[in-house]
Amino acid sequence: MNAVADPLLDPRTIEFDVRTDEMLVNMGPQHPSTHGVLRLLLRTDGEIVRECTPHIGYLHRCAEKIGENLTPAQYIPYTDRMDYLAAMNMNLGWSCTVEKLLKIDVPEKGRHLRVAIAELGRIASHLLGMGAYGLDLGSFSPFLYAFREREIILDLFEHACGARLTYSYLTPGGATHDLPEIVPLPPGLAQVTGVAEGTEMSWCDAVRRFLDWFEPRIEEYHTLLTRNGIFIKRTAGIGEMSAAMAIGHGCTGPTLRGSGVDHDLRRDGEEIYARHYEGYEFEIPIGPFPDAPPDAILGDNWTRFYCRMLEVVQSVSLVRQALDRYEATDGPFRIAHRWNQKLPKDECYLETECPRGQMGFGIVGDGTPIPVRTRVKSSSFCNLSVIGPLSVGCFIADVPSILGSLDVVMGEIDR
Amino acid sequence: MSAEDLHAALRDRFGDAVRDLHAATNPWIEIAADAVPDLLTFVRDELGLQHLNDLTAADIAPRPGEESKFEGEPRLEVVYRLSDFPLTRTLTLKVVLPRGSDDDLPEIPTASGVFPIAAWHERETFDLLGVRFVGHPNLTRILTDDDWVGHPLRKDYQQPEEYGGIRCR
Repeated sequence: MNAVADPLLDPRTIEFDVRTDEMLVNMGPQHPSTHGVLRLLLRTDGEIVRECTPHIGYLHRCAEKIGENLTPAQYIPYTDRMDYLAAMNMNLGWSCTVEKLLKIDVPEKGRHLRVAIAELGRIASHLLGMGAYGLDLGSFSPFLYAFREREIILDLFEHACGARLTYSYLTPGGATHDLPEIVPLPPGLAQVTGVAEGTEMSWCDAVRRFLDWFEPRIEEYHTLLTRNGIFIKRTAGIGEMSAAMAIGHGCTGPTLRGSGVDHDLRRDGEEIYARHYEGYEFEIPIGPFPDAPPDAILGDNWTRFYCRMLEVVQSVSLVRQALDRYEATDGPFRIAHRWNQKLPKDECYLETECPRGQMGFGIVGDGTPIPVRTRVKSSSFCNLSVIGPLSVGCFIADVPSILGSLDVVMGEIDR
Repeated sequence: MSAEDLHAALRDRFGDAVRDLHAATNPWIEIAADAVPDLLTFVRDELGLQHLNDLTAADIAPRPGEESKFEGEPRLEVVYRLSDFPLTRTLTLKVVLPRGSDDDLPEIPTASGVFPIAAWHERETFDLLGVRFVGHPNLTRILTDDDWVGHPLRKDYQQPEEYGGIRCR
């Protein structure tokens, strides 16, 4: 994959000279850089990977079978536990699918609330993805900064719905609660902005205060990580994936856009989901980037990573717009959805843009409140399927670099 | 291009291998099992639906204890969902198979030669629903362990009493 035309010019030539016995190396399932319990079986020739076989399923709970024994409303907490780093977006995906099947029309205020929540979730998820990626490559500090910021978002989510990780907040018809009127400023945010702890304001103002403080910080992450010479050496030009390969392997989200395919369901998706973002102004970052370092090429680890970082900037703007619209809109934020609502003899499938890619949910109803078939198509599952072909010909040390740039979550892959 | 147009285009090319168009929130077209690789190649190259969103199956059979309420013939439906870039059209194809039994799994040609991602989706479908994809390069279990017994998403699946010395129930 990454072979250079002339082997003598390739710094890895020494490896080709020294033929050693092939060795099988198990990376994982408890390896810290495998982002959960993933086992990569590497067939190595010296330092070079000749074959990489992922073994998944360590977190398998057969969530689809659980979905065939519960009503859609009861299933929401299980969607939290799939992609546990972006549980809000998973709730939104499932809720939109149920709404598509039952033809539920969410009120405008509820849609703005959902955009604000989902985009904050995207920021939190990408922050963790960035921090963990730095950690994989041996840079520790960005991880601490990312967690400091993410902690504030989790505090804000806790004020909105009471949970910090598995929210079950966005439900078919809207959300469980309206956004709170008065909340104390999260302690982390009070500390970094120099405000007295316990200061109270509306939830929307607290988020605005966070965004005002957070937005200039993004430049610091770029200095720390994105434009860090060592980081560029470890990521640029490695794990190159062509657009055709990304499409063939069903890659979605930043992994697809990093390969130069202009596709984002927030803009291009089906009506029931895309209308949440109707009238919003945002850009979709797509590789190649003009400010990329000279070594970076389209579809490599660096481009995928940078794509995520630019999405954070867009999400900050989306949250601001959503909060303004939410406050300017009157009316209800949800419409009632009975938990044991009967499902029609019908079927539907919907994909939504989660931070890691296009998450698909499907329901087949048979006239009872409980679906005959619940389908969860994981975006990380498809994104992970390229790790085998991408790793061939790389150094062993590059495998965590490729894996981290795909930003997979095992809870979602194994379901 | 609506589902009717896609149905007509497929009908023109493949004749009787393409069966009826079924109305639903996501309308679906029933196709013959043997036509799967050719038909998917045609859909990808000629109709431009390059993205295999999903490949799965559904076990349409009575739930345990509800046999009397079930209508129709018990069956397995293998589902292919495709779309294009940017998203303007979606297509759902289905192959209806007999349910078979553990010793005699239903068979269907693999699509892994057309879409690389189908290889993983087909392993998952084999693992959880027991569909044998003929010609698949490595049709092994993917989410459960290699020595797992049965296909968990089947309606008549019996959860084991114990697995590897651990009590399951």
